[in-house]
Amino acid sequence: MAALEEEFTLSAVTLGARPDGLLGVEQTDRTDHFLVTDRSRTVILYKVSDQKPLGSWSVKQGQIITCPAVCNFQTGEHIVVHDDKVLRIWNNEDVNLDKVFKATLSAEVHRVHSVQGAEPVVLFRGGAARGLEALLAEPQQKIETVLSDGEVIKWTKFFVVFRHPVIVFITEKDGNHFAYVQMLHSRNLSKYTLLLEQEEKSVTRSFTASVDRKFISLMTLSSDGCVYETLIPIYPSDTEKNQRLVRSPLLKAVVSGAAPNGVTLAALDPDHVAVLGAPLPSSKECLSIWNTKFQTLQTSKELPQGTSGQLWCYGEHLFLLHGKCLTVVPCRCGASSLAGALGKLRRAQDPGSQTMPHFVNWEVAQGCEPGAQKSEQLRRILRRKKSEVSLQPEVPASEQLLSTIKNGSEKHIEVELRKFLAKWTPDSHAVLGDVVAALLGRGEAEPSFYPRSCLMQLLQTHALSHSLCPGLMDTALAKADVQMLQLCLRHFPDVPESLTCACLKIFLSIGDDSLQGAHVSMESVCEHSSSEQDESTEEQPEILRNGFSPGDSNCGTCEQELREEPQGPAAEAASCPVTPKRAALLNGILGSAYSETFLLPHLKDIPAQHVTIMDWICLLLDANFTVVLMIPEAKRLLINLYKFVKSQISVYSELNKIEVSFRELQKLNQEKNNRGLYSIEVLELF
Amino acid sequence: MNLRMGEFKVHRVRFFNYVPPGIRCVAYNNQSNRLAVSRTDGTVEIYNLSANYFQEKFFPGHESRATEALCWAEGQRLFSAGLNGEILEYDLQALNIKYAMDAFGGPIWSMIASPSGSQLLVGCEDGSVKLFQITPDKIQFERNFDRQKSRILSLSWHPSGTHIAAGSIDYISVFDVKSGSAIHKMIVDRQYMGVSKRKCIVWGVAFLSDGTVISVDSAGKVQFWDSATGTLVKSHLVANADVQSIAVADQEDSFVVGTAEGTVFHFQLVSVTSNSTEKQWVRTKPFQHHTHDVRTVAHSPTALISGGTDTHLVIRPLMEKVEVKNYDAALRKITFPHRRLISCSKKRQLLLFQFAHHLELWRLGSTVATGKNGDTLPLSKNADHLLHLKTKGPENIICSSISPCGSWIAYSTASRVFLYRLNYEHDNISLQRVSKMPAFLRSALQILFSEDSAKLFVASNQGSLHIIQLLEGSFKHLHTFQPQSGTVEAMCLLAVSPDGNWLAASGTSAGVHVYNVKHLKLHCTVPAYNFPVTALAIAPNTNNLVIAHSDQQVFEYSIPDKQYTEWSRNVQKQGFHHLWLQRDTPITHISFHPKRPMHILLHDAYMFCIIDKSLPLPNDKTVLYNPLPPTNESDVFRRRTAHAFKISKIYKPLLFMDLLDERTLVAVERPLDDIIAQLPPPIKKKKFGT
Repeated sequence: MAALEEEFTLSAVTLGARPDGLLGVEQTDRTDHFLVTDRSRTVILYKVSDQKPLGSWSVKQGQIITCPAVCNFQTGEHIVVHDDKVLRIWNNEDVNLDKVFKATLSAEVHRVHSVQGAEPVVLFRGGAARGLEALLAEPQQKIETVLSDGEVIKWTKFFVVFRHPVIVFITEKDGNHFAYVQMLHSRNLSKYTLLLEQEEKSVTRSFTASVDRKFISLMTLSSDGCVYETLIPIYPSDTEKNQRLVRSPLLKAVVSGAAPNGVTLAALDPDHVAVLGAPLPSSKECLSIWNTKFQTLQTSKELPQGTSGQLWCYGEHLFLLHGKCLTVVPCRCGASSLAGALGKLRRAQDPGSQTMPHFVNWEVAQGCEPGAQKSEQLRRILRRKKSEVSLQPEVPASEQLLSTIKNGSEKHIEVELRKFLAKWTPDSHAVLGDVVAALLGRGEAEPSFYPRSCLMQLLQTHALSHSLCPGLMDTALAKADVQMLQLCLRHFPDVPESLTCACLKIFLSIGDDSLQGAHVSMESVCEHSSSEQDESTEEQPEILRNGFSPGDSNCGTCEQELREEPQGPAAEAASCPVTPKRAALLNGILGSAYSETFLLPHLKDIPAQHVTIMDWICLLLDANFTVVLMIPEAKRLLINLYKFVKSQISVYSELNKIEVSFRELQKLNQEKNNRGLYSIEVLELF
Repeated sequence: MNLRMGEFKVHRVRFFNYVPPGIRCVAYNNQSNRLAVSRTDGTVEIYNLSANYFQEKFFPGHESRATEALCWAEGQRLFSAGLNGEILEYDLQALNIKYAMDAFGGPIWSMIASPSGSQLLVGCEDGSVKLFQITPDKIQFERNFDRQKSRILSLSWHPSGTHIAAGSIDYISVFDVKSGSAIHKMIVDRQYMGVSKRKCIVWGVAFLSDGTVISVDSAGKVQFWDSATGTLVKSHLVANADVQSIAVADQEDSFVVGTAEGTVFHFQLVSVTSNSTEKQWVRTKPFQHHTHDVRTVAHSPTALISGGTDTHLVIRPLMEKVEVKNYDAALRKITFPHRRLISCSKKRQLLLFQFAHHLELWRLGSTVATGKNGDTLPLSKNADHLLHLKTKGPENIICSSISPCGSWIAYSTASRVFLYRLNYEHDNISLQRVSKMPAFLRSALQILFSEDSAKLFVASNQGSLHIIQLLEGSFKHLHTFQPQSGTVEAMCLLAVSPDGNWLAASGTSAGVHVYNVKHLKLHCTVPAYNFPVTALAIAPNTNNLVIAHSDQQVFEYSIPDKQYTEWSRNVQKQGFHHLWLQRDTPITHISFHPKRPMHILLHDAYMFCIIDKSLPLPNDKTVLYNPLPPTNESDVFRRRTAHAFKISKIYKPLLFMDLLDERTLVAVERPLDDIIAQLPPPIKKKKFGT
């Protein structure tokens, strides 16, 4: 489970007071030291643990730094470019930047990249890249232009893959994006067309990338607030030029697309990304960490003073400008585990307890082999987290509605409520609670009053919880309103176990005829079959839900066999004694959170005729098992397991055959040897 | 030389319907490296593990004495207890029961000696645990522990002697020995594969020095309990059936359990990781040497020992504990007693079979046909079952014999010797018991008739040898050879010379005594040898005494010369073939060819051999077991490769083989399949997966 720790400002000195923020924060050869370059003239070396600067260098007035200073890991020197073409190299001991080594290059530099274990690389605006040594040997050498006219480098990153330096940069021209991958040793440049914007209005706002053995996983944060992933092959697979790369959705609605400030994305590790931006249009900016494997929000920190929309991530340090101060947020990303992501979600609510249970890390995540399932639970988490973040004290007045509830007719109330809800923002939580309480209060006074549709509407806001409107479920239970109960079970994060059991009792005991009339949401049942269809079709229609995954599989026939299997039970479902509606209701129970200790006493109250409870527990286990099966990492394990068991079975069946034939042989042999109880034979000894 | 000297007609007998009783308990004595084995009919056998696993002593069973527990105490004293409620002590010298003492707690299910060996603890049907003090010549009841609700099926003493664990039905109690009160009661889960059984029987417990109690139960579990807190620490489900027995190594680094499915599991205490000091019990090896319930297991320092309903005693050496990878490292499966249950009247071609409670007399058939090697000849007359002689009383038969002339049958139980006179009138046979046997003939360990059927030699369990003159329908006591002063060792093996002048007798450890029957005095004593004697015989004419020992050595001792013969010295000088020494069953019978003085015939359970003393001895490079008969080779070649040992492995398991006349042999086989067919069906278990 990832966590953000208490942030600290690096220095009281306000940096680059300009609103567009910093030029860059770069690592140096010492883990604790970072080079910070502002947008005007200054480079500062910070020691993060001491929160103080170790050195500061400025270029002359009139000159301007055009590319963030980096450290040459091979020599320990610092490199900076000012005025687009002038390269400066200096040591910590140097005082005046004007007097240090200088090289004037023949072309404009976009960026100097330097990472541990590789020679620094200079990327020119024209798209050419040069190693530093080669460049310094002949500074005035001609630099070719790779990019076409009007093509601008938007983002760039430098990797070392198996000791081979690889530079990747994204360019834009006329709204189209291109990715270039250059292997520096082989000077091999591949160009790809990125099909990023499929919807017209969305604009890609931030890039980040991580590298796996064969692919660069490019993650983009789009203006629709979603994170997409594009896999760029490091080694070109075929010679065909201008290949197209399609993005696939990774996370939905992590930030509000309409947020005024910049939004930024940074990959922390293969499973986690940090996102800077406002989750809702009205809310303050937040720094959040998302788990891409389980599509869950791991932690989030509000940054009330606003940011520059820039985020740098080195090791366990996140750098950002909070207000006017350079702020460091230490963060930790634990190994992703299913239990960590799904486990005791209710507990994650109280911020004090960050106890991280020790779970088995099944397999070190290896890139993203996306799974092909979505989960009701996951969606609920997202919703809840969102609503948590949006919790704000400000509440618009609603006296009008409340007074209507007190004595208005049911129809009138409905109209008023609709009006109220039209203006409603997720912030006004508590008011909704009041509204429900008022509705229920009147219902108590007038037994005939049951404003079902109003309550349903309120429930649909997804902003209610059991603690907010404690009487709602009791009323629904009393009225045996299974549809309402289903909604409550689905949307309330805090249903007490006693009520879960009471719901179960009702769901089990209610007659099929009364069920027929009820409008039970069949989503959970239907989704099952629809997701199956999705899997079996080759071209994957985009399912924009958190928890989807376009299943790209190279697992061959085995995979297909695996897929085919679930169809068996689906076919059998027709003869299932539980009707689909009841199944949908029971599924609601299964999907609700519970604690065993509290559940068991209530389970005992289930009447004998509903001993189906045994089956229920089995189903529960099955459901949990299914969740485990759903995660992408389990797929390979399952396939291996399947193969192994299959081969074992065939070995055993062969062995059994051999055993049977041997037994027959033995019988024949015995018959031959069976000379009866007595015989006289001739023996000759030699 | 006559190359066809080895041609015989063989009466191949498979109608000896002997089924060994199942094994109930085994108890290993580290001090003497001996193993006591009790069987379901109450028989107790002592195996000497240092002497090639030879069954050197046995105590006959008794119908009412079902032994449920067996233990060594006070060094080498052996006790047993059973469902008749009695505790018995065995006299290992005189081979009889020293005393039986009622524990007054109903049937006894379990018994164990204290770590110091000075006390005995028994667990009874009525739920009582009784403590007995072992005095030099008896045991004395001391006190009862807190009585439990149901029978105490298993007991184990903490190595410090302060606490005991007692397994009962559905729970295990931990007692404080000083106060005798139960300090913990650990409830065993009845669940069996998710299904609740009516009862969970704790078949075995073991108390380790660190306070861990290991239990095995009828639900197939091996469980580890913390006796200090009374809590379950770990549980292994090892079987779909009962786990019936457990035994822990003295070092407490390994233990063994036996299940009703015939599987034996080895558990070892191994380090969690390669260099950590933290250790845990791990189920390491399963062994499937049994087909039926493994009722009992023992753990010697070097081997796992198991026995059960399928009647095999299995000794499985632990390879990691065996220093020299010699033949001792091989698995031993002991099924048949190492003594003769069959005797034969050559003159009348009769076989006498000894069972626990009856004797059977059979007459062999005949044929007039001839044939070549391997032929089965047509019978002109089939074998006849002449007589079925049931014993009186509950005691098992110890030994029996039929006289060479076929007119006398003698047998003995633990309290009486019986002698019968047989009369043959054409096809009719009549039996007449010789009454009024002398009072001193209370119990015999071995009975032997002289070649002329005129004398009866009886080895009593007091160490004395009686000579009785047989007359028509009566008898006369001629003489008693008293045991050598200072020894009480019982004589188990007897041999008489065909001329009737010499009598050889051997116990289990001291040498072979040779008596002069004419002068009624001890003639000489063959020097004692390290390994017990398994068979004895005196050759006609030469009066050479041939002695086989459990280490497979064979000696020839000239009685008249009172020294080993030249041939025997040569054999010792050259040594036996290594394959000969590696046979794992003892030689149980030796006989001689009436016309070929150079031949010695002997057999064990898996081979029959004629030693031709005139031929060169095989060395380790020669092929000991002759391959298929040479058909094309020249006589020269045959002569060149011929050696003294002519071995046949056709008949097995071979319980008895003797020469009826110079051209006729009788071989009694007992195929294992026939025994298995008489056992209850085993628990079905799939061999391979699904």
